[in-house]
Amino acid sequence: MAQAANADFKTRLQSLLPKLVLSPSLALVLVFVYGFIFFSVYLSFTDSRLLPSYGWVGWENYSKLWRLSHWKTSLTNMGIFAALYISVCTVLGLGLAIFLDQKVRAEGMIRTIYLYPMALSFIVTGTAWKWFLDPGIGLENVLQTWGWATFEFDWIKNRDFAIYTVVLAAVWQTSGFVMAMFLAGLRGIENEILKAAQMDGASNWNLYRRIIIPQLRPAFLSAFVILSHLAIKTFDLVIALTGGGPGRATELPATFMYSYTFSRNQMGIGAASATIMLMTIAAIMIPYLYAELREKK
Amino acid sequence: MGFLDIDNTTKSYGAVEVLHNVDISVDEGEFLVLVGPSGCGKSTLLNMIAGLEDISSGEIRIKDQIMNGVHPSKRNIAMVFQSYALYPNMTVGQNITFGLEMHGTPKPQREKAMKDVASLLQIDQLLDRKPGALSGGQRQRVAMGRALVRNPDVFLFDEPLSNLDAKLRVDMRTEIKKLHQKLGTTIVYVTHDQIEAMTLSTRIAVMYGGYVQQLGTPQEIYDSPANIFVATFMGSPAMNVVPAKVVLKNAKPVALVALHDGSTVSLPFSQDNMTAWDGRDIMLGIRPETITDEDAADRNSSNIARMTNRIVVTEPAGSDTFVTMTFGGKDVIARMRSDADVRAGADFPFAVNMEKAVAFDPETEMRIIP
Amino acid sequence: MSVATQDTAIRTGRVTRTLIYLILILFALFYMLPLYVMAVNSVKPLDEITGGGMMNLPKVFTLEPWAKAWSYAQIGVDPTGLQPYFWNSIKMVVPAVAISTVLGALNGYVLTKWRFRGDTILFGLMLFACFIPFQIVLIPMARMLGLMGMAGSTGGLVLVHVVYGIGFTTLYFRNYYAVFPTELIRAAQIDGAGFFQIFWRILLPSSGPIAVVSIIWQFTNIWNDFLFGASFAGADSQPMTVALNNLVQSSTGVKEYNVHFAGAILAALPTLLVYVVAGRYFVRGLMAGSVKG
Repeated sequence: MAQAANADFKTRLQSLLPKLVLSPSLALVLVFVYGFIFFSVYLSFTDSRLLPSYGWVGWENYSKLWRLSHWKTSLTNMGIFAALYISVCTVLGLGLAIFLDQKVRAEGMIRTIYLYPMALSFIVTGTAWKWFLDPGIGLENVLQTWGWATFEFDWIKNRDFAIYTVVLAAVWQTSGFVMAMFLAGLRGIENEILKAAQMDGASNWNLYRRIIIPQLRPAFLSAFVILSHLAIKTFDLVIALTGGGPGRATELPATFMYSYTFSRNQMGIGAASATIMLMTIAAIMIPYLYAELREKK
Repeated sequence: MGFLDIDNTTKSYGAVEVLHNVDISVDEGEFLVLVGPSGCGKSTLLNMIAGLEDISSGEIRIKDQIMNGVHPSKRNIAMVFQSYALYPNMTVGQNITFGLEMHGTPKPQREKAMKDVASLLQIDQLLDRKPGALSGGQRQRVAMGRALVRNPDVFLFDEPLSNLDAKLRVDMRTEIKKLHQKLGTTIVYVTHDQIEAMTLSTRIAVMYGGYVQQLGTPQEIYDSPANIFVATFMGSPAMNVVPAKVVLKNAKPVALVALHDGSTVSLPFSQDNMTAWDGRDIMLGIRPETITDEDAADRNSSNIARMTNRIVVTEPAGSDTFVTMTFGGKDVIARMRSDADVRAGADFPFAVNMEKAVAFDPETEMRIIP
Repeated sequence: MSVATQDTAIRTGRVTRTLIYLILILFALFYMLPLYVMAVNSVKPLDEITGGGMMNLPKVFTLEPWAKAWSYAQIGVDPTGLQPYFWNSIKMVVPAVAISTVLGALNGYVLTKWRFRGDTILFGLMLFACFIPFQIVLIPMARMLGLMGMAGSTGGLVLVHVVYGIGFTTLYFRNYYAVFPTELIRAAQIDGAGFFQIFWRILLPSSGPIAVVSIIWQFTNIWNDFLFGASFAGADSQPMTVALNNLVQSSTGVKEYNVHFAGAILAALPTLLVYVVAGRYFVRGLMAGSVKG
């Protein structure tokens, strides 16, 4: 009988290669994502101001943060913005998807039109809406020129309403995407179930209410997760559209963090606000990703 | 030592052992079929022979060379996969010669080998096509061509026919058998289809629950199943296994089995050793084709028992008519000639060829060896 | 998006159908509105806009705002127009897209065809990295780029975009390769192909569609990024989005709306073009990150 043929060098190298190939990406992610997260969270417990500094101050930055009216304003704004943005996008996306699913003509073209804003930069979106909503030259001015002398639309300059213009621009940009998600969900429903429901005598209204919309649950969940994470990360749009103003009327946590860290030299507080943002997103994303990855196994 | 030895081989995933001490020795030129229901470990065993899965303990040897830890490409084996696994981006010709190319065979030799295999399998005219443009049967041939061109020591087939429709499957089965007869290569073939196993193999290993239940020629497996699992798994319709009681009648052992109305019939055993089971319960195994009408009973059999039982259902299948009756408290199937005069609800005189009947120990489910 | 049959359609009367079309067209107008505003106002003289004619077609057609936006509008200190920033963006986008796509393809290959214990967790870690609010990495990243001598450079931006893009590219290739038959890999192994040969000869030739998805997604994302550009770019590496914002927000002199609109279109043009040409793949990329199946 022959000698035991040991795994030769080449075979062993081959079995190591996969991990070798994966490791650069993994190292990048571990350092630049998780290492950095750790560092930022650490900074939020230090007395860092203009530059990182390592004097431990415990929860001081957090308690300062929660006493800042600026932070409270940005949280209130985020509440209004996120609630409206998510609900309007969902309702609009679902509605448009249902209408578009009625075997309409030129569906492809309509879909293309609804979705193109997703390809644009928020800065472009912000610029376009900024001037369109500007009372001096935009909609208000146009309608007044056209003869509606009493027409007023100054939301973008109005402390009480400016946040709604951010909602408007954000909905404009993403609702087509939500529509596409729901449309894919609608197309994924088994035809035979619908035929069966129609045989059972379900009216159109009941067909949607009882059969179709309940089956879109995964699409609702995805839409919610994607929209809420986009809402929390909203930054560029505000910068381009209102710059956070008028006053602090459209400040959001992301712009708050940026100005406290880089303009006001309050790095510790900035890091604390970033940590809170991260925790919020993590609370939404981690369960979602966990469920998604488990299912795919 | 055989040509391919699977020596006390086990496979575990973590703490779970999925293959238990498999011992099979295959001679050169043999056609071994691994058959069993899904999850029995047959594909795992094949993958271990191929080197696609590690061997947890034991040895696998090809031509006396230990294969443990040897890369699949260095085992001089070839494999035909269930999905054929043809490279979609390459032409048929490139598919066939890819392995030779990887092994550094010069191009002229590759071309020649490809031509030889293509004409053997009659796929010459397909060489420039992509797999996507082929029919199921053609893909199957190309997959075999890719295996053949390497001129390997052992061919491995992983359920190669299960993606084909019923008719093509029968044709390809014949093709594979012809090829084996012509080339005399050693083949290990995995299937869940017991008919493929019976028709193709020189030997069968019936597997279940990670154990080799029985290893033997098709005839041995069919006529002398080692246990109730093998008996019922091999053969279609499956062997009838009914509870019976052994008693002595004129010092000869007979099986008492309940008829539909609760009365019993006594069926004399051919094997005298059943005397030892006097007074005990057994499971009696009778294949459907050994229960017939009286005219169709096997004339060469020395032991035809007769009984009258009520027909529950008749199922004409063209060449035969299957009859279901209640026997031993179970649904039992008999295989009649198509012209037999059987009607549901009627009492009918059956002939049972007891020479072919087998008995099982109800405790261990093992066959009682005559 | 590739859509097969649809039977969720309800049977509708003439009135309902008209209503449906009306609503669909109304929203089409809503989505087109900003593009229309940008387009018409970028080719008219400034006084037509300030005079209340924002919605009108230009009375006088002029390409002057485009020329100015591209080559001599005041951005920051110099009247350079957006042109140099456009090239900055290109210099950043091309290598970042290429590197992140190649890494994503290799990662996807390993994570599906060479699976090992814990690979799903590693993938989860990579994927989560796409969704973090990037504010959490801004401070250490600025430090790190400084330490590596890449602060304010295009190379630094490429690195940043590669790091935070890998998660998505890996996701695309992983999902794509997951349904690629593993038997093909096994066949190739038996045929004697090694790790890279299998990737190069077997997988890559079939990866066209997903590579396009990944490239388009990365291109769009990186081109449109503002946060990293604003945080890490130096004077001579600022990307288009940052320059556009500077142009629009600059408080000196008269607000030249027509130039702003022309600039906005210039900044949007590359991604818009990609969307028009390969929208199908763009949508696939969007959906891959969000919807099951």
